[in-house]
Amino acid sequence: MSGFIARRLLQGLVVLVLVATVVFFLGRLTGNPADLMLPEDATAEDRQRLIEALGLDGSLFKQFVAFISSALKGDLGTSLRMRQPAIDVFLSRLPNTLAIIPWALLLAMVVGIPLGVVAALHRGRLLDRAAGTIAVLGIATPSFWLGIVLIFLFSVELGWLPSGRMGGPEHYVLPVITLGAFLTAGFMRLTRSSMLEVLESEYVKLARIKGLSESVVIWKHCLRNALIPVLTLWGVFVGNLITGAIVTETVFAWPGVGRLTYEAVIYRDFPLLQAIIILKAILILTINLVVDILYAYVDPRIRVN
Amino acid sequence: MRSTPWICILVIVTMVFMAVFAPLLTPYSPIDQTLRDKLLPPFWLEGGSMKYLLGTDAFGRDILSRLLYGARVSLIVATLALTAGGGVGLVIGIVAGYLGGTVESILMRLVDAAFTFPAILFALLLAVTMGQGLGTLVIAISLLLWASFARVIRGEVLALKQRDFVALAKVRGCSEPRIMLTHILPNVLSTFMVLVTLNIGVVVIAEASLSFLGAGIPPPTPSWGLMVSEGRGRIADAWWVSLIPGLAITALVLSVNVFGDWLRDRLDPRLRQL
Amino acid sequence: MSSENVLEIRDLATYFFLRRGVVKAVDGVSLSLRRGEILGLVGESGCGKSVTALSIMRLLPRSTARTVRGEVCLGGENILARSQREMREIRGRRISMILQDPQTSLNPVFSVGEQLREAIFKRTRQRKAEIMKEAVGLLRRVEIAAPDQRIGQFPHQLSGGMKQRVVGAISISGQPEVLIADEPTTALDATIQLQYLKLLKRLQSETDMAILFITHDFGVVARMCNRVAVMYAGRIVECGPVAQILERPSHPYTQALIASVPKLADATGKLTTIDGQPPSLMNLPPGCRFAPRCAHADPRCRSIYPSTFTAGVDHTADCWRLEGQ
Repeated sequence: MSGFIARRLLQGLVVLVLVATVVFFLGRLTGNPADLMLPEDATAEDRQRLIEALGLDGSLFKQFVAFISSALKGDLGTSLRMRQPAIDVFLSRLPNTLAIIPWALLLAMVVGIPLGVVAALHRGRLLDRAAGTIAVLGIATPSFWLGIVLIFLFSVELGWLPSGRMGGPEHYVLPVITLGAFLTAGFMRLTRSSMLEVLESEYVKLARIKGLSESVVIWKHCLRNALIPVLTLWGVFVGNLITGAIVTETVFAWPGVGRLTYEAVIYRDFPLLQAIIILKAILILTINLVVDILYAYVDPRIRVN
Repeated sequence: MRSTPWICILVIVTMVFMAVFAPLLTPYSPIDQTLRDKLLPPFWLEGGSMKYLLGTDAFGRDILSRLLYGARVSLIVATLALTAGGGVGLVIGIVAGYLGGTVESILMRLVDAAFTFPAILFALLLAVTMGQGLGTLVIAISLLLWASFARVIRGEVLALKQRDFVALAKVRGCSEPRIMLTHILPNVLSTFMVLVTLNIGVVVIAEASLSFLGAGIPPPTPSWGLMVSEGRGRIADAWWVSLIPGLAITALVLSVNVFGDWLRDRLDPRLRQL
Repeated sequence: MSSENVLEIRDLATYFFLRRGVVKAVDGVSLSLRRGEILGLVGESGCGKSVTALSIMRLLPRSTARTVRGEVCLGGENILARSQREMREIRGRRISMILQDPQTSLNPVFSVGEQLREAIFKRTRQRKAEIMKEAVGLLRRVEIAAPDQRIGQFPHQLSGGMKQRVVGAISISGQPEVLIADEPTTALDATIQLQYLKLLKRLQSETDMAILFITHDFGVVARMCNRVAVMYAGRIVECGPVAQILERPSHPYTQALIASVPKLADATGKLTTIDGQPPSLMNLPPGCRFAPRCAHADPRCRSIYPSTFTAGVDHTADCWRLEGQ
C-alpha cells in the first residue's frame, strides 16, 4: 500500500512540474505580456519598469530558472493589483471557497446517486425518463446562467433568499445549488449506467438465491459495486467544482478563490493568475491523491497490485 | 432512445440558419446604440412593441439582432475549436496508437496529465497574456478538447492496428506515415465525427463561460455569454437582457447533446463510456 | 433412498415476451425429484434448462419473462403461488442454487467470510463470533484448506475451483432440501471438474439433500446422477434411471446425444454429430420438435406432438415409435 502511495505521489509531482512549465510558457508565448497590461499612454520607461517588476527581462531560460527557484522558496509572485504576495492573497480567500465546495459535493451525492439508482431500477419507465430529463437539463444549462436565473426567481421576484455575498446559511443555498447542479446531473447519469451493468451481474443473482431481501441486494450488493466508477472520477469532479467555483463565485459575489480568479482576469493581474493556477494545481492533485487512496480502500482488487 | 429527435434537429437547424443568414434577418445592426430606446421589454410584456421583438439592452441595442449575430460567434468558434482541438487530438491519437512504444507512453502520460488538470484555467491565462480575440479563444478551447479526442482515437487505433489490411500494407512496403494516413485515418473518421458531435455542447458552453468571464471575443461583438454578463446588473428591472441569451445557449446545448447521444447510439454504441 | 417426492414440477411453462415475438423457453416440463437422489437435466445450450431452474427459484427477469402455467410443488405445496416475500424465506433455506461461472458469482468487494456470514445470518440470529465459526466449518466441509485464512480473503485471491467451492459452501449453509446445480463444473479446469463432482456427491450423501444437476454433458450425467431427464426445445423428451437410459436410450435425440460423447460412444470409436439445428423457440413446429433432425420421423411425428410412453421401469419417453411396445 505504501508503494502505491509513493507512486501516486511521484505522478502528482510530475504533473505539477508539467503544469508549472505550461503556465510559464503560455504566459510568455506571444511577445511580452507586459505590453497587454500597460495603459495606452505608457512611456518606454514605464514599460521597462513593468517588465522588470514582472521578472520578464532576461532570456527565457533565465526567467524559467528564476521562476522555479522562487516557487520552491514559496514565492509565487506578487499581485499587481493588491501589491501583496500572491500566495497570501490566495490563502486568505481559500477558506471561503472551501466552505461551499463540500456542500455542492454533498448535494450532488445526496440527490444524484439515489436518483441514478431509482432511474436504473425503473429503466425505461416514467421515473427513469423524468430523471433523465432533469439530468440532461443539468448538463446543458450553463452554470452562470443558472445562477442568474435562480437569483432572479428567488431573490428578485420572491425575495426569499439573498442575491449574493457571504453570510449566514441563507446565503449558501443558491451558490451551492448553482455549483452543484452540473455535478448532480453527472452523478445521476453515471450511477444509473453503472447500476444497470451491475444489476445484470451473476453475483446479484447469487445474492437473491441466498434469499436476501431486495433492499439488501440493491443497496448493499449492487450500489457498492456501482459506485466504484463514480469514485474513480471523484478527483475529476472536485477539479470541476474548483473551476466551476470561478463562475459561481462571480455570479454571487462570493469572496473565494474563484472570484479571485475572475478579478485577476478582469484586471489583467498576470502574476496573480499565474500563482492561482499553480496553487489550484497543487490543491487538485492533493485531492486526487487522497481519492486514489480511498479508492484502493474500497475496491480490494486494487490493493494487491 | 429509438425515435429520431426531431425537435432537437429543428432547434439545431434553426440556430445554424440564424447564424448563417443573420445579416439578412436582422432589422438592426447589433452594435449600434440607440440610447433613447434602452431597456425596452420584449413584445409580449407591457411597454414592449413589435419594433424590438425581444427588447433592448442598456445601450439600446436590439436583443434579437444581437442574438442572431451571437449565434454566428458560437458557430464559428465551435467549428474552429473542434477542427483545431479535435484535429490535434486525432493526430496525437493516431500517432500514439500506431507507433506505440516510448512515443505512445509519453503522449498518453501527457493526455493523463491533461485530464487531471482543468484546462479552463489555461484558457483564462491565455486571454490575459495573448489578449482577447478569436485566435486566443479558439486555442484556449482547443486545449479543453484535444485530450479526450486523443484518448478515444488511440483506443480505436490500437484495435485497428491488428487488422489484416494493415499487415498487408506493411508487407507491401508502405511507410508508416503512409499507412497512418491512408489506412488508419479513414477508419477512425466515423468515431471522430461522433466525438465532434458529442463535444459541440462542451465547446458552446466553454465559449459562453469564457465570454461571460470577460475572456472571450471582446465587445462590442455580441456573443451570448457576453450578453448574459452585460445584463447581470439590470436583472431586477430588465431580466430579458440576461435571461434570453442564456436560454438560447441552453436550448442549443440541450439539442446538440440529445442529438449527439442519439447519433452515437446509432453509429457506435461502444462509445457509451464517454 | 425413499421414494418421497421432495420437488414436483407439473406442466411448467415459461415464456419470454420480447419485441420481436414470444420465446417459449420452457413449454410443458414435468419432473419429479426424490429425496436424496441426484436427477440430471441434460440438453444442448438453449434448450431451456437454466430457465427451468430460474423458474423454480422464481428469479426470472421480471420485465420480459413470465411463468404462464404449471405448478412447482416443494414438499407438497405449490411455490409458484407464494408471494415474493415468502419465496425469499424459501430461497437459501429449502431450495438453493449453484451458478455456472465462479468468476462472476461472488461479489468482488466483499470478503469470503462476509458473503458466508450473510447466508448464515439469515437462518440463525447468532452472534458474529458464532457465525464466523460456522463459516469456517462450512469452508472445511467443502474441502478448502486453511479455512481460517480464506475467510478474510477476497474472491480475486482465490482460484476458480476454490471460488466454486465457496459458492457450494454458501448454497449448503441453509441446509436446503433441494440443491439446483446449474452446470457447476462447465467453467472449471478439466482436472478440477472431477474433484468438484466428488465433493458434490459427498455433500449430498451426508445430508440427504436432493440435487437437480443441470448439464449439457452426458458423460457427467453418467458419473453423477441416479436418474436423468433429457430436455429438447423446451420439453422433456425422455426420463428414467441413468443405467437404463445409457443401455437402452429410447428417444432418437437421447441416442444421438449419447453417441456424441466420446467415452460413451460405441467401441468403434466413431463420433457422430447431430445434423441440423434446434428449432427456434419463437417458431416451434406443430409436431415433435426433434422431427426435422430425426432419421425415423414420419408424417405423424411432424404433425402431432408425441404422447408419453413407457420405455422401461420408471422410464418414459415422448416418441411415437414407442407406441404399442
